[in-house]
Amino acid sequence: MADKPEKRTRMPMPEQDPQVRARNFLEVPTGYTVAMAQEEAARCLQCKKPGCVEGCPVGVDIPGFISLLSKGDLTGAVRNLWSKNALPAVCGRVCPQEIQCEGKCIVGKKGQPVAIGNLERFCADYEREHGTGELPPKQKPTGKKVAVVGSGPSGLTVAGDLIVKGHDVTIFEAFHKAGGVLIYGIPEFRLPKAIVAQEINFLERLGVKIEVNAVVGRTVSLDELFEQGFDAVYVGVGAGLPRFMNIPGENLVGILSANEYLTRANLMKAYQFPKVDTPIPIGKQVVVLGAGNVAMDAARTAMRLGADNVKIVYRRSREEMPARKAEIHHAEEEGIEMFLLTNPTRYLGNDNGRLIGMECLRMELGEPDDSGRRRPVPIKGSEFTIDCDLCIVAVGSGANPLLTSETPDMQLNRWGYVVTEEKTGKTTKKGVWAGGDIVTGAATVILAMGAGRQAADSIHDYLTIGW
Amino acid sequence: MFTIVRREEMAGGTVILNEIEAPQIARKARPGQFVILKANEEGERIPLTMAETDPEKGTITIIYMVVGKSTALFRDLKVGDGYQDVIGPLGKATHLEKVGKVVCVGGGTGVAVLHPITRALKEIGNDVTCIIGARTKDLLILEEQMKNASHDLRICTDDGSYGHHGFVTEVLKEILEQGDVKQVVAIGPVPMMKAVSAITKTYDVPTMVSLNPIMVDGTGMCGGCRVSVGGATKFACVDGPEFDGHQVDYDELMMRLRAYQEDEKKCHESYCTIRDAR
Ligand SMILES: Cc1cc2nc3c(=O)[nH]c(=O)nc-3n(C[C@H](O)[C@H](O)[C@H](O)COP(=O)(O)OP(=O)(O)OC[C@H]3O[C@@H](n4cnc5c(N)ncnc54)[C@H](O)[C@@H]3O)c2cc1C
Ligand SMILES: Cc1cc2nc3c(=O)[nH]c(=O)nc-3n(C[C@H](O)[C@H](O)[C@H](O)COP(=O)(O)OP(=O)(O)OC[C@H]3O[C@@H](n4cnc5c(N)ncnc54)[C@H](O)[C@@H]3O)c2cc1C
Ligand code: SF4
Ligand code: SF4
Ligand code: FES
Ligand SMILES: [Mg+2]
Repeated sequence: MADKPEKRTRMPMPEQDPQVRARNFLEVPTGYTVAMAQEEAARCLQCKKPGCVEGCPVGVDIPGFISLLSKGDLTGAVRNLWSKNALPAVCGRVCPQEIQCEGKCIVGKKGQPVAIGNLERFCADYEREHGTGELPPKQKPTGKKVAVVGSGPSGLTVAGDLIVKGHDVTIFEAFHKAGGVLIYGIPEFRLPKAIVAQEINFLERLGVKIEVNAVVGRTVSLDELFEQGFDAVYVGVGAGLPRFMNIPGENLVGILSANEYLTRANLMKAYQFPKVDTPIPIGKQVVVLGAGNVAMDAARTAMRLGADNVKIVYRRSREEMPARKAEIHHAEEEGIEMFLLTNPTRYLGNDNGRLIGMECLRMELGEPDDSGRRRPVPIKGSEFTIDCDLCIVAVGSGANPLLTSETPDMQLNRWGYVVTEEKTGKTTKKGVWAGGDIVTGAATVILAMGAGRQAADSIHDYLTIGW
Repeated sequence: MFTIVRREEMAGGTVILNEIEAPQIARKARPGQFVILKANEEGERIPLTMAETDPEKGTITIIYMVVGKSTALFRDLKVGDGYQDVIGPLGKATHLEKVGKVVCVGGGTGVAVLHPITRALKEIGNDVTCIIGARTKDLLILEEQMKNASHDLRICTDDGSYGHHGFVTEVLKEILEQGDVKQVVAIGPVPMMKAVSAITKTYDVPTMVSLNPIMVDGTGMCGGCRVSVGGATKFACVDGPEFDGHQVDYDELMMRLRAYQEDEKKCHESYCTIRDAR
């Protein structure tokens, strides 16, 4: 304890070498050791009014868990985390910490903030690998039945919260595997599927039933769930509608939505083709449109599948890129090129209908738009062509109408998202709650979980007190 | 698991029928809807139309042609075996209406898809003529069933081994010449649907086709199944699979169906090699 804690630099996260990892699907950061974690934990000042907690959407007791970790009480640390956040192993890995907890950490004012995400991840991983796996106590059965539609982070949170409160919980998932974006969207090299599988197994051990292959709105309707005896329903179906650019040539072979590309790669494990039966296009010259987390995931997956080069094409500038800082940094380390202030205007194909290139325009930043960001405007005569044989469109997603269009008495806003009451997540349909991306539009794991927790509290009140 | 309770081979073993236990789906399914099936953990998600459903028994029936790795794997499943995953019912149900004289045209396994639609059209009081075709007599399927489902059944074979020698389009043209046809339904290989639509357009007869683009989820979340209809992009799994035949860009559909051809061939060949070695 020679140095004052705040003077120490942040403990770097050990990572696979960029050259090596750009061609494999193993997780990129390899994780702290106990010693590393405790050394980093010692940088926390244990603030009386911690900014970090304000920055966390679910108010994790950050100084609290870090202090337990410092004392070597790892079980205590993870229990502390669980009390606010059901999936710390996931959030530690995927939260945009730089604009949330770490963005508000006092140590970050002068130097680098405490590595809260890395520590959170460490505690959860340690518990998973060394813990007893002991289940939390459950309250006695209430005899009430809850249906959770969608098994993304939002639905999983609701299920976990309500099962320990003594309710009988069944999750209905459209896909053949539970986990939502954590399974089909975020790649293995960023969030190992074994971690998600273990979280789901944990819920099952607690007694949550999971019905996969259940497309609510098709296989069964919301009203039929009530007829089957469910007392309350939570809708957490995500924002699974891919957006395209609507420019000429978009249906050429070789242009995929990020949803399709990542679903093939992650859920269907197509990166192991032909060991598995689902194919995936292997691009040599790949373009990814968009600059969010989804775009980074698609670009890095394409690189791992053997691309010679991968370009991110984005119409705004670096400052506006919505991806987590760590993802952009990792992508660039792995050789992904950034074509910023560039906007595609049409796709070019050959006689077989296959993509061979893309015409783009260069942009410059003009006046601020509604979002406060400077609007990109095209530079006249700046057309140029990018050769490519695979293009992945990652320009956002919308509300999938499959369930909502079958449920006319549940009010939607003009973009098709479900309207809910603030603080409770109640929809306009009695006995039905909603949360996560289907309410907010594509957002983050932790916000989806936060919405799930609020709704779970409200559902519990309803089941024990009334609507 | 979704257990196979009945299995039949047709067309010399190139077409397989499976009746599968899937009570929830059987209860909800309507003519024209499809399911997605996955045989095992490593399996691909394969869309197939329900040729029959039995809500009382809780079963659905699929009829499929063995064309590649996944359908070959399905063929190897016996009664008592099952599919790990069956998802549905997916897609919009057929819009059924009493219009008068209707002609249903089916080719290949499209006949299986056409069967429940034909029967339903007859049941609601249409005068239904059916034209079904195959390359040769041995490959013809569901002749008896189609006869029962319609008022008049015409058969065509490319090689003349049975029925009319030639294409379904030739017989269709004859019928259209006689006039009075209010609606045509065409389901089969894309070139057939394209040819039928071209003819019915000249006679100005509304034509419905069922499209079969490559699918993954079948719920509108991937966009892999997009087709151009009347210049707009549609997702066949949720907006279809049935569309106005006069509006469909068939050439684009055919190109998109070939997206993975090379890979599919390799995958199928290696499966056959392993299988034959056993
Ligand atoms: C590739 C990618 C990378 C991302 N990276 C990050 C990141 O690094 N950090 C971060 O915080 N966020 C990230 N996000 C965003 C984050 O994953 C989402 O905000 C979050 O998953 C939303 O959770 P959810 O529970 O609302 O929905 P989802 O995770 O989308 O889950 C919804 C589930 O509902 C199912 N479903 C849909 N319709 C039906 C139906 N009718 N019946 C039954 N089930 C249905 C779906 O199959 C799905 O499993 C990323 C998203 C993607 C796509
Ligand atoms: C809505 C719908 C309903 C269908 N109904 C029937 C039916 O009732 N009977 C029947 O015999 N066939 C039907 N098909 C076609 C059937 O899905 C394909 O023949 C099957 O997927 C081929 O898979 P494979 O691995 O055996 O062959 P592969 O060798 O992998 O593919 C052969 C060809 O089938 C097509 N295909 C490949 N993968 C898919 C996929 N995931 N989805 C759709 N097409 C694909 C491609 O054109 C490919 O070139 C239907 C397709 C759709 C979209
Ligand atoms: S949940 Fe996310 S925002 Fe909250 S402390 Fe953990 S990493 Fe930070
Ligand atoms: S703001 Fe930073 S230093 Fe203060 S308690 Fe939070 S993590 Fe520790
Ligand atoms: S199959 Fe994915 S959107 Fe239709
Ligand atoms: Mg296949």
